[in-house]
Amino acid sequence: MNAKSTPADPAPLSPSPLEVDSLVKRFGSVMAVDGISLALHSGECLGLLGPNGAGKSTLIRSIVGRVTPDAGHVAVFGHEASSAAAREALGWVPQELALYPRLTCKENLTAFGQYQGLSSSQIGQSVAWCLEWAALQDRETDLARALSGGMKRRLNMAAGIIHRPKVVLMDEPTVGVDPQSRNRIFEMIEALRAEGTSIIYTTHYMEEAERLCDRVAIIDHGHIVALGTNAELVHNSFGSRSQVLARFEGPDERVAPWVAEHSGRLVDSMAEFTIEHPTEVAALLVSATAAGLELVDLSLRRPNLESVFLHLTGRELRD
Amino acid sequence: MIIPIVRTAIVALRRDRVSLVLSFVVPIAFFSIFAVVFGGQRDTVPKIKVILVDEDRSGGSRQLVKGLASDGSLTVITRPSATKDQPQPADYTAVTAEAAVKAGDVSVALIVPRGWGAHPIAFGPDSSAPPIELLNDASDTIAPQMVGGLLQKAGMTSMPLTMAEQGMKYTGSYIGGFTPEQQKKMNGNMEQLRQMESRQDAGEASPAASGSGGLIAVKTRSVVGENKNNPTLSFEAAAIGVMFLLFTASGSAGALLDEAESGALDRVLSSRVTMTGLLAGKLVFSTLLAFTQLTVMFLWAWAVFKIDFFSHIPGFVVMGLSTAFAVAAFGMLLASICRTRAQLSALSTLLILVMSAIGGSMFPRFLMPPAMQKAGLWTINAWAIDGFEKVFWRDLPVTALWQQVSVLLAIGIVLFAIARRIARRWEYA
Repeated sequence: MNAKSTPADPAPLSPSPLEVDSLVKRFGSVMAVDGISLALHSGECLGLLGPNGAGKSTLIRSIVGRVTPDAGHVAVFGHEASSAAAREALGWVPQELALYPRLTCKENLTAFGQYQGLSSSQIGQSVAWCLEWAALQDRETDLARALSGGMKRRLNMAAGIIHRPKVVLMDEPTVGVDPQSRNRIFEMIEALRAEGTSIIYTTHYMEEAERLCDRVAIIDHGHIVALGTNAELVHNSFGSRSQVLARFEGPDERVAPWVAEHSGRLVDSMAEFTIEHPTEVAALLVSATAAGLELVDLSLRRPNLESVFLHLTGRELRD
Repeated sequence: MIIPIVRTAIVALRRDRVSLVLSFVVPIAFFSIFAVVFGGQRDTVPKIKVILVDEDRSGGSRQLVKGLASDGSLTVITRPSATKDQPQPADYTAVTAEAAVKAGDVSVALIVPRGWGAHPIAFGPDSSAPPIELLNDASDTIAPQMVGGLLQKAGMTSMPLTMAEQGMKYTGSYIGGFTPEQQKKMNGNMEQLRQMESRQDAGEASPAASGSGGLIAVKTRSVVGENKNNPTLSFEAAAIGVMFLLFTASGSAGALLDEAESGALDRVLSSRVTMTGLLAGKLVFSTLLAFTQLTVMFLWAWAVFKIDFFSHIPGFVVMGLSTAFAVAAFGMLLASICRTRAQLSALSTLLILVMSAIGGSMFPRFLMPPAMQKAGLWTINAWAIDGFEKVFWRDLPVTALWQQVSVLLAIGIVLFAIARRIARRWEYA
């Protein structure tokens, strides 16, 4: 194993855990990342929220050096992303189950610890910590391929932080797991945050971003279209307005003209309206009745990140 | 119902390139190789190279040399090839001819001794004709038989008794019969010839086996492998061993593709491990695996087939490690070229079987036409087999392996360098 080159660039005072500046990556004619800039604050969890193909994974892979950007710059605590210091500070949990299936949990963690340059004594301690963190102590001698889907995901996460990095990049770590395992993963992430680890968390699940992230960057077509806390994003898009969701009997073609007339949208046969005051609901219902539409279902809710995404991009998050 | 199933299977096969290659390309490649080796045109039948030393230099011996040289089945060599150092090398002597057979330059050498011309025909057991010496390498069981036969072809080798009886009959009729004393003596000699023939028919070694085989007395002596219990055993161990080493190495290197597919490769490369370090680690592992496999195979050959393994440890280690390194690098190259395990499986099967066929793992290269023998030198198999043969068959010292070791190491280094270059596709996206 060879250590990669160590640059001599001195770290600036109190540098940000991670800074991405004008990053660009193109695959042929597809612009995967189009000039993204962001800064991760110390101890925060920054969510990257966007649909599949938005550029989240490419951004993460550019940060960990698995994709060579066409332009832009990435710094980890002020160090070049390719430097040994940056590698030491960065942990990466890829979306794939990047494990050795024929190795046990403990052997997997030991191997990745060695690849990260840990000493024997460090590996022993770190493997024990990671097994406990991932609640896999009683499965340490089980082969990775014999684990359940949720356990594999947890082991995958543990392998990414075996060297106890200060910055962790998690690329959709809950893909394909059941709700119970997902909650366990959330607890692991919260435990990591409690220790002061800075995290970038990519997801296309709005609920995950709302629960785990201090700030959220909404990404679409390689751009950050909005960045802020959950409340900021909602406020910036909707102010104090609320959303009315209404479903009517009959085909969309019959409902659509009336929805458009009231500045709403029809998404999956559901009419969506933004209102300033709840009293406006009554007026909408009267209008619908007058138009001969029969109401099936009605709800009033505060806008969420999905509403923000729809508002900003005109597309559903799961499109 | 049957037609849709057939149609589905055809479409699936058409899109499965691996199956297509294994179904059509591999059999055609093999048929072609075997056709060239065993069933090719007449002018591709390999000639037997034989060194001829004429110590007698009589008229008769010159006639014999001339006769053999004009035979289309033989390539008669009387002196080594010219080199820069020796533009006009001296003719072979009995000593240098024997050394050439031992070194594997030729399988057979014929030494025509001084005085042979005075008694060229060995007619009967009391012949005083000095025998021609046939020196051979026992690993080649075909060449000495061929050369011996060609030597005797003018002498009706299989009928000495008949020839004698006929000769006596006509002599008797010409001279008006033999005296009782002459007849008694002749009958005794005939009986001896009869006994000799019946011993030969029973498969018993006769003086002819090491002495006369017909009208021209030939004394056969194996100068290589005289004390070996099985002439082909060490060849088989090396030949089969190298072929399976190639399969093992490509399979082992294929782990790289699994890791690339699972994402583990990305994770490893995002750590402190570089691509060069990763490939070097895998190369070392594959080399050790291949060497261990060879060791187990030769130990098995020692335990079960009594191959003399422990007298050849230094040569085995040198050749084993060189071969293991070359095949490991070969496996790394294949893995770096291929995109999937399926591709690797098809390509490795095709390449390894072809290499093994023309490189001598399936049948000895001396059976092949000269052009194919030369083509075999582009394979790892040929160099490895030659080296192991030097160690186990010819009992040559480690220093005699320099050529094979150099070539194998060079092959390994070049293949690994190419594999490293191709592996850049995993490094940068």
